[in-house]
Amino acid sequence: MSTSDTVNAGYLESLLAGRPHVPASPLAWLNTLRSEAVDRVGVLTVPTQRDEEWRFTDISQLNRMSFHPVRTTVDLQAEEAGRFRIEEAASRLVFVDGVYAPHLSIIDTDNGVSVVNLEAGLAANAVALESCLGRYAEFRNEVFSALNTAFLQDAALVVVPQDVSVSAPVHLLFIATQKDVASYPRCLLLAGSGSVVTVIEDYVSLQEDAYFTNAVTEIVLAENARVNHIRVQREGMKAVHIANGAVSLARASNYQSVSVAFGARISRYNLNVRLAEEAECAVDGLALIAGRQLADTHTCIDHAKPHAMSHQLHKCIVGGGAHAVFNGKIMVRQGAQRTDSRQSSRNLLLTNKAHVDTKPQLEIFADDVKCTHGATIGQLDSEEVFYLQSRGLSETVARNMLTYAFGAEIIERIPVPSLKSLLEQTVLDQTTVQP
Amino acid sequence: MIYPDSKIVLEVRGLCASVNGTEILKGLDLTVRRGEVHAIMGPNGSGKSTFSKILAGHSAYEVTGGTVMFEGQNLFDMEPEERARAGVFLAFQYPIEIPGVINSQFLRLTYNTVQTHRDKEELDPLEFDDYVREKMKLLEMSPDFLERSVNEGFSGGEKKRNEILQMAMLDPRLAILDETDSGLDIDALRIVANGVNQLAGKDNAIVMVTHYQRLLNYIVPDYVHVMEAGRIIKTGDKELALELEARGYDWVGAECKAASEAAA
Repeated sequence: MSTSDTVNAGYLESLLAGRPHVPASPLAWLNTLRSEAVDRVGVLTVPTQRDEEWRFTDISQLNRMSFHPVRTTVDLQAEEAGRFRIEEAASRLVFVDGVYAPHLSIIDTDNGVSVVNLEAGLAANAVALESCLGRYAEFRNEVFSALNTAFLQDAALVVVPQDVSVSAPVHLLFIATQKDVASYPRCLLLAGSGSVVTVIEDYVSLQEDAYFTNAVTEIVLAENARVNHIRVQREGMKAVHIANGAVSLARASNYQSVSVAFGARISRYNLNVRLAEEAECAVDGLALIAGRQLADTHTCIDHAKPHAMSHQLHKCIVGGGAHAVFNGKIMVRQGAQRTDSRQSSRNLLLTNKAHVDTKPQLEIFADDVKCTHGATIGQLDSEEVFYLQSRGLSETVARNMLTYAFGAEIIERIPVPSLKSLLEQTVLDQTTVQP
Repeated sequence: MIYPDSKIVLEVRGLCASVNGTEILKGLDLTVRRGEVHAIMGPNGSGKSTFSKILAGHSAYEVTGGTVMFEGQNLFDMEPEERARAGVFLAFQYPIEIPGVINSQFLRLTYNTVQTHRDKEELDPLEFDDYVREKMKLLEMSPDFLERSVNEGFSGGEKKRNEILQMAMLDPRLAILDETDSGLDIDALRIVANGVNQLAGKDNAIVMVTHYQRLLNYIVPDYVHVMEAGRIIKTGDKELALELEARGYDWVGAECKAASEAAA
């Protein structure tokens, strides 16, 4: 065993040391799920850059820091959580350092959507959850999912019954308040057949010291369901944020997602999307980073069945000495004929020290498909700068505008107006260089 | 229209320029006075578009000789944005798309920037909205264009209309229209030309760069210049354009060559 493996083992053990605090559930399957996950954590190691999936992303910092599970819960005042309020949202579940905070949560029980903490969900319908919870986000070979599952206790549970359509978004808010804490946010969204729902998964911080967020989200769309999923990662600038998302689309369902990464010293988002016949997805992302930040997005869109469509536009705006990584795999399985897949990775480097690694990856095992992909990395286009200058704008204003626009193209796709304008302002603030 | 004793807007003398070491302009002379409409015609590669980009200040072109005075100022002392604020406007052959920037915001920012530098009043969003809608009527543009990203998904004709809309707002002293007719169907051409004609006045001047005579049926030039190999080799009136349409460009070059040999 190499030295780093020893370090990893010790590190994982130290994280697991807090686990006895997770009380046993009366549900045998849930206890089994957790103990399986604990077993996997015992076998798996924290990845290093020697692992192909992590070759661009150095998370050795995790080993040097000591995070502990949440021991005490912070009694957050309503005003402190209120600043993250999204006005359009009818329901809001708030988790403080991963722990459900009922007094900060607002639940609209009238619109037909069930938005509850896992505990209440299990009390109401444990049978339905047994077949879903932990069944989509692979944890047997993914150490961070395994850790999250080992700690599985509180979780945001959104269940949209068949044919229920709600326009008001559901806001799942995860607030980090303590330093050196490892928290395990968890979401499960079940969209019944023909249902329509918008969910905002939002990671924020009230402090600037280091902490570790290890999140897992599972989204299951039944036939003809439509889910808008907005993921906002605006963690503190010293945080480590690692998240795994798994999305399963049944026949003719539609998953539209926009994911933005602004915060965290190191962030990694793994998203796996699996499409059945005639399913459609749009998976768009924006990483806007500077300083010493690292933002890594790994996606895998799996065309398991024929006649499905996937569109992906991933953008990175990288300033300072920051480092962005994008790995976008498109898998078209044997028999998945008439697949229509478009992927584009576009990257804007604002400084000489900014760095991007982008790797589009197509694996096609069917012969009647339409798949396109492309990647660009560069500075602002001088023709575009000239065009704006020729309209009277200074070079600085022109560059600011084009940088803003580069990011805004993704933000524009967010179907929640107040969140959209908030994030547009964030992009504007971060892309504006004073003359 | 030619006005007696009109002030000179643009005076180009012996302009030479190159791009990536290749000489494109080789001693170009041109004088444009207020109120006048000039057409610069010529075969592909003669340097027409290079000339228009140099006037607007594109940095890819290196000026290697000659002078350009704009309203008595040395144009080469001015950055591209300073030229725009002073009243130089270039309507691009290929206007760029800016996804993510809403057209109305872009138009208002450019308008207010230019107004400020001309010591004129800025307009707030509501006032600007009225102003720009009025100008859009000139080009038969739907107000929907205000809410879309700049030029994104616009057809060729819509992009050119958006260019002339900007010309209308920025009220230039010198408007350079680079191949404005390219990619336009006959209806769009008529609308764009009609817009330009309404903007032409005795205080401004227009230089049209075009490969074809077609545009000149709608915007009638006072002068037609033929450009070849980086110089203006013949100047005439609108009849010259018709002759070029009928006979092509080769004869002008031959005539010019014969004249220079005779002179030698």
